[in-house]
Amino acid sequence: MGKTVWQSMQEKGYSRRQFLQFCGVAATTIGLRKSGVAQVVSAFEKKEKPAVIWLHFQECTGCSESFIRASHPIVADALLDVVNVNYQETLMAPSGLQAEKSLADTMRDQKGKYILVVEGAVPTKDNGVYCMIRGKTAESILKEVAADAAAVVAWGACASFGGVQAAKPNPTGAHPISKLINKPVINVPGCPPIGDVMMAVISHVVVLGQIPELDSLGRPKEFYGRRVHDTCYRRPNYDAGLFVESFDDENAKKGYCLYKVGCRGPVTYNACSVTMWNEGTSSPVKSGHPCIGCSEPGFWDNGPFYQHLASFPGFGIEHTADTIGTAVGLTTLAGVAAHAVVTNIRKKAVIAEVHAEDMKES
Amino acid sequence: MARIVVDPVTRIEGHLRIEAVVENGVITDAYSAGTMVRGLEKVLIGRDPRDAWAITERVCGVCTTVHALASVRAVEDALGISVPPTAEIIRNIMAATQYVQDHVIHFYHLHALDWVDIVNALKADPKKAAELAQSLSKWDKNTPGYFSDVQDKIKAFAASGLGIFANGYWGHSAYKLPPEVNLIAVAHYLDALEWQKEIVKIHAVFGGKNPHPNYLVGGVPCSINVNEVAAINGERLNLVSRLIAQADEFVNQVYIPDLLAVAGFYKDWAAYGGGLKNYLSYGDFPTKGYNQPESFKFPRGVVLNRDLSHVYPVNAKDTQEIKEYIAHSWYDYEGGNSQGAHPSVGETKINYTGPQPPFETLAGYEKYSFLKTPRWKDNAMEVGPLARVVVGLASGSTDMKELVNMVLGKLNVPVTAVFSTLGRTAARGIDAALTMAWLKEFNGDLIARVKTNEVSTFNSEKWDPKNWPQECEGVGLSEAPRGSLAHWIKIKDGKIDNYQLVVPTTWNGSPRDAKQQRSAFEESLIGTPIDKLDQPVEILRTVHSFDPCLACAVHLYDPQGRHLHQISFE
Repeated sequence: MGKTVWQSMQEKGYSRRQFLQFCGVAATTIGLRKSGVAQVVSAFEKKEKPAVIWLHFQECTGCSESFIRASHPIVADALLDVVNVNYQETLMAPSGLQAEKSLADTMRDQKGKYILVVEGAVPTKDNGVYCMIRGKTAESILKEVAADAAAVVAWGACASFGGVQAAKPNPTGAHPISKLINKPVINVPGCPPIGDVMMAVISHVVVLGQIPELDSLGRPKEFYGRRVHDTCYRRPNYDAGLFVESFDDENAKKGYCLYKVGCRGPVTYNACSVTMWNEGTSSPVKSGHPCIGCSEPGFWDNGPFYQHLASFPGFGIEHTADTIGTAVGLTTLAGVAAHAVVTNIRKKAVIAEVHAEDMKES
Repeated sequence: MARIVVDPVTRIEGHLRIEAVVENGVITDAYSAGTMVRGLEKVLIGRDPRDAWAITERVCGVCTTVHALASVRAVEDALGISVPPTAEIIRNIMAATQYVQDHVIHFYHLHALDWVDIVNALKADPKKAAELAQSLSKWDKNTPGYFSDVQDKIKAFAASGLGIFANGYWGHSAYKLPPEVNLIAVAHYLDALEWQKEIVKIHAVFGGKNPHPNYLVGGVPCSINVNEVAAINGERLNLVSRLIAQADEFVNQVYIPDLLAVAGFYKDWAAYGGGLKNYLSYGDFPTKGYNQPESFKFPRGVVLNRDLSHVYPVNAKDTQEIKEYIAHSWYDYEGGNSQGAHPSVGETKINYTGPQPPFETLAGYEKYSFLKTPRWKDNAMEVGPLARVVVGLASGSTDMKELVNMVLGKLNVPVTAVFSTLGRTAARGIDAALTMAWLKEFNGDLIARVKTNEVSTFNSEKWDPKNWPQECEGVGLSEAPRGSLAHWIKIKDGKIDNYQLVVPTTWNGSPRDAKQQRSAFEESLIGTPIDKLDQPVEILRTVHSFDPCLACAVHLYDPQGRHLHQISFE
């Protein structure tokens, strides 16, 4: 058996106290309560450092870049201490023959134990010739490496749902990996996903040795369980009917809601409003651009991006959002209403009641 | 004779394959093949031109933002939109941030392992390493204890199998650094990994996130209001200023000293990898608006045959200047495959005619890449940091001249050393030093404008498609860190009618043209000695010096195409 995380940290001169601190941070990262830290300590003490094979197919390397932007743990620690990333084309030292050896060795020595993560979609049209590595197709490499993987993670919108190359007319027949392999896949969508979310998903698998709870689209609920809209700091403005009408107008300068300039926050499940980007620095919506919905399947074809969501067919719930906003804006209870509601359906009822009562009082 | 196949070429973005012919230990011919295509130019057709930046930005997540910039410029050019000066400054800040971050990442994480032997760093004396590092710069982490800690970390890491560093060419005779310099470089590899996530927070402030920050046709999406918590206010500006100061320290106290220290041991590489003698730069960093190229910090122009006495003007709209060929690319043109097409009328009809996978070689196939072959007035051109330096010198840029002289002086090499693999890597450092200085300048400009309340960041005049002409076309040029980038757009009835991108790696990494002229990767490899055929670190040194933006790998094949782990000689 290889070394456990605790053993390898001991060798590096880390104290027991530092180790426990590390476990605490790891536990917090994956959203555990304090009582869960013991579970993490036990996992790191007993579990071998797992091997990771990271494959790139039809992609832009934005997911690799996002991963190295993670701040807890910082990527140097993740790469050196937590997991053995034996194959990762963007960062690995060897090329060609020697890179192929790193892949083959890991598949042989860690059979059934390695974690496969995939960045990018897989083209299937014309025998898969639109993405070839070592003279083999992406599809054949994926199937070969996935066969003996302990867990499979799809990094980003491309691996999860096909991404930009699968947008109409999908010239190369790009597919999400879950359509091509017979294994459960953890989808971590986003274009790219938030680096700290990627790190946390890996921690979940490595530390707890289990697949996080997933939604119907295979996304970990801990990060994709809430709509960007429901956790947005501009939300009280939406509820109060205060909207940006045009970029950089007076309302934009006051940080009002971006819904009318095309925000997809109401139909997008992601952690952007909570976790935020780049160590909590900002998010698209925070910096003034509407959410483009990049963690949703087929989001490239849900455009155009600057078109008001309510003007699309099929978003019935949202269709009356403007009038709801206006109605609430008339009342003095906007703030209360904003905190009281969870979903739009519930919100409509609550607002109607509040509004009715308000009218009664006046 | 032996044929070396390198696939995947790692530590790049994308999928790149190099096949090289070696005779008597020297490369005599080379083929560069891009083996992945996504067809994004076809995805763009029929969409809202205001969305194009978001789609094209996904061309690359390493040099993220540069496609967004070229795209919004193309749409603004087509529609006749001028961007408010404050928005232009913010775009400059974002682009300069990209340069500094990208060049540092390239040096440490994508290129350094071609020159730095990680395993050899274990032999270093941490005290001596600290003394040496302190003599090079005043970076406060350069202490014996710190280097000792890094060494312990690598020792433990080596014992657990080396992960991403496993199966590197460690111990290869091509590695020439003393153990102490290797240790310094490894320590700073880790420091750079930690630092690179900091500087990009500037993108998060103005564009919401990194990778893939947000852009906007007509300006930038962020609003400035110093009296509002939910806008660019004093706290946001302070954060940006702190990140810039931190980046300045990293570039000038870590990256540049390391670059010069490492380069000092590899002066022999000033004789290899020169390649093409023609250099193209579109220029960038407008100081008086994008429509006034004479105001750009990086000048625009072409230098032919390394003749620095003359700079040729570049006109991206002249259909006789830039043309793309497909003689050796897996595409078809309606008018036949030997002609060139200006990108404004470019076609994207993919037609793969290579071997059916799995295959072992592309040799012998007329077409061997998914990259098209761009030419300027039928000349093969190199683009990128070296091209910017050459065009800058030829244009009389004093900033550029001072830095080039400083580097040449410190390394004690003649000016001809610039035209080489070493020169290209040094040019990237010069590029980073310049853009770092400009980043501070642009930030000062922004603060000055905020003081006088000139804070408009968006021109809304032509936002509504009702105000667009029925048909129009435009081109957006930019200098990406990797080189000259351009997007051509045609808009019809409010929708994208045609869209073509010519990216830096298409110039540098494309296959031959209809006249069999090689492009930059291929030409630069010719004449390079290969010490060990099964460990061709020399190929990686030159190919990585371009910072390729596509992904590949290396295998060995004999001239008949049989897969060889041993090499046959004829």
